[in-house]
Amino acid sequence: MLLESFLEASVRRHADKVALVCGRERVTFAEWESAANRLARGLKALGVRRGDRVAIHLENSIEAAVAVFAVLKAGGTFLMVNPTTKPAKLAFILNDCRARALLLPEKRLGPCAEHLSESPHLAAVVVVSGSAAAREEALVAGKRVVAAETLLADATLADDCPDKEHIDVDLAALVYTSGSTGQPKGVMLTHRNMVAAATSISTYLENRPEDVILSVLPLSFDYGLYQVLMAARFGGTVHLERSFAYPHAIMQRVAAERVTGLPLVPTMLAMLLQMDLTRYDLSNLRYVTNTGAALPVEHIRQLRQRLPHVAVYSMYGLTECKRVAYLPPAEIDARPASVGRAMPNCEVYLVDDAGQRLPAGSTGELVVRGGNVMLGYWERPEETAAALRPGPLPGERVLYSGDLFRTDAEGYLYFVGRKDDIIKSRGEKVSPREVEDVLASHPDVAEAAVLGVRDLVLGQAIHAFVAPATGAAPTAQELLRHCASRLEDFMVPQQIHTSDCLPRTPNGKIDKQALRAAILAPAPCTPPGDPGDVAAAVSAQEIGYGSGW
Amino acid sequence: MNDLASRLRHFINENFLFGTPGDFGDGDSLIEHGIIDSTGVLELIAFLEKEFGVTVSDDELLPENLDSIENLVAFVGRKQAPAHA
Repeated sequence: MLLESFLEASVRRHADKVALVCGRERVTFAEWESAANRLARGLKALGVRRGDRVAIHLENSIEAAVAVFAVLKAGGTFLMVNPTTKPAKLAFILNDCRARALLLPEKRLGPCAEHLSESPHLAAVVVVSGSAAAREEALVAGKRVVAAETLLADATLADDCPDKEHIDVDLAALVYTSGSTGQPKGVMLTHRNMVAAATSISTYLENRPEDVILSVLPLSFDYGLYQVLMAARFGGTVHLERSFAYPHAIMQRVAAERVTGLPLVPTMLAMLLQMDLTRYDLSNLRYVTNTGAALPVEHIRQLRQRLPHVAVYSMYGLTECKRVAYLPPAEIDARPASVGRAMPNCEVYLVDDAGQRLPAGSTGELVVRGGNVMLGYWERPEETAAALRPGPLPGERVLYSGDLFRTDAEGYLYFVGRKDDIIKSRGEKVSPREVEDVLASHPDVAEAAVLGVRDLVLGQAIHAFVAPATGAAPTAQELLRHCASRLEDFMVPQQIHTSDCLPRTPNGKIDKQALRAAILAPAPCTPPGDPGDVAAAVSAQEIGYGSGW
Repeated sequence: MNDLASRLRHFINENFLFGTPGDFGDGDSLIEHGIIDSTGVLELIAFLEKEFGVTVSDDELLPENLDSIENLVAFVGRKQAPAHA
């Protein structure tokens, strides 16, 4: 089964039902399908062929949801790039997967132009939401720049889907994820992988066509992307929001639109629990889901108390297989710290360091088996071999998650920690190495170490420790500006500590345990002679909630 | 009014753009321009409360009040008006 058939089947059942809502725009399944078909034909006219990678660098919008299905219908492989990704990293990703085409908003064209003209494989740039784009052609030397409106208005394009050559073991998507090496790597997902994951998840969520989902998660985050894919499958409606910055406005919308499903990450729930939720009519809300990082048990308890009619789904997954486990809502009061058991059509077990299966009640690395497991990392054979290893059947490969879990006597899973030092902040993965590399590229920095510190709102807050270069005294503000111009928003540290030298382990590596202990100590490291900057730079974390520790 | 706008702009530049003067107009959305995120809004509210002595209630946490320099100036002006009356 091909992933785009979700939409094609829903059009046959619910052609005139509203599928997507964004701001004041409302689009039916038939309109979504027809726009995707036309854009697919437009992309093919621009040279996109079976298997070609097409990057979608758009904010949550109708256009982004159309683009996903258009790339699939054209036989291509889509990749979502976070709207806050900076031009140099966008170029890295485009070059890494040799993307043939890119869709981006007009406002990003100028800042990215120079990098795009140096991406050798990129043939075409489609500018969305800007009819003046054609005039910008000169900006991106050597590339065809075309406005999406122009492409879609081409009267020679038919409204039906172009002929398909691709099959379900072809790649549907690449999802770039942070790795411990610091360079993002593309998780290869076939149509079959994504159909399997979306089917399992919408089965256990008991999704039905009457469901109305409100998603503030970016489509570049697979949790956000699947809200759209799943609604296409079960014929529901998705409201796409761009930000959770104004939770009051979001909750008004949840009430007014009779939302039934609200996907959250712990940061959002922490903000909701600060509010008086009795002011909103949430009688239609059937479920909330959480993934990305574990919910604090206290927050689960409060949520259950305040919205007792709402099913709470605690879930766990990783990009490499999308989702692994969920806790049936009926179990949440009895086992609030658990993320449950394997989802339908997926199997999990724990292994020790030698790869031996462990009995219930043990602690070990979680291994995942199922049709949802990725094909591998794009052109990263070593990392693929480390993550995908032989499974029970001849030729089969199973996913070693890198996450340590324990199970109770009945096999329910409890997250223990990562095997590597990947940080989870606002539900998204942050590679300490990637942030360290950016800090170390500042001329005033001799070395840097980055770690995650538990935080009630963020899950983990990103703390950076910096040793200045000889004779230099960079301020925290300068270093944060340096990071903010190179990293996605969620990767920028919350706190910068400066110190003349960083502690070492006996074998000469930076001693992150000692740095962690310094944060937990009553008198944390403060930058010599520069306390004011740090206080200003980190004040966001102290407001309202206090930082985790 | 202008003084209020420039103090707000200074705060936004210092705290969210780490000292780089931002390329955005007084009427531009701070969210759409990627200047402020959800934790930024909390920081902004704390600044309004401390700097201008206004109290921001939950129902006032709306983009109409807070999502541009113009909206902020009007909002703070409205909030301060009774005190000066």
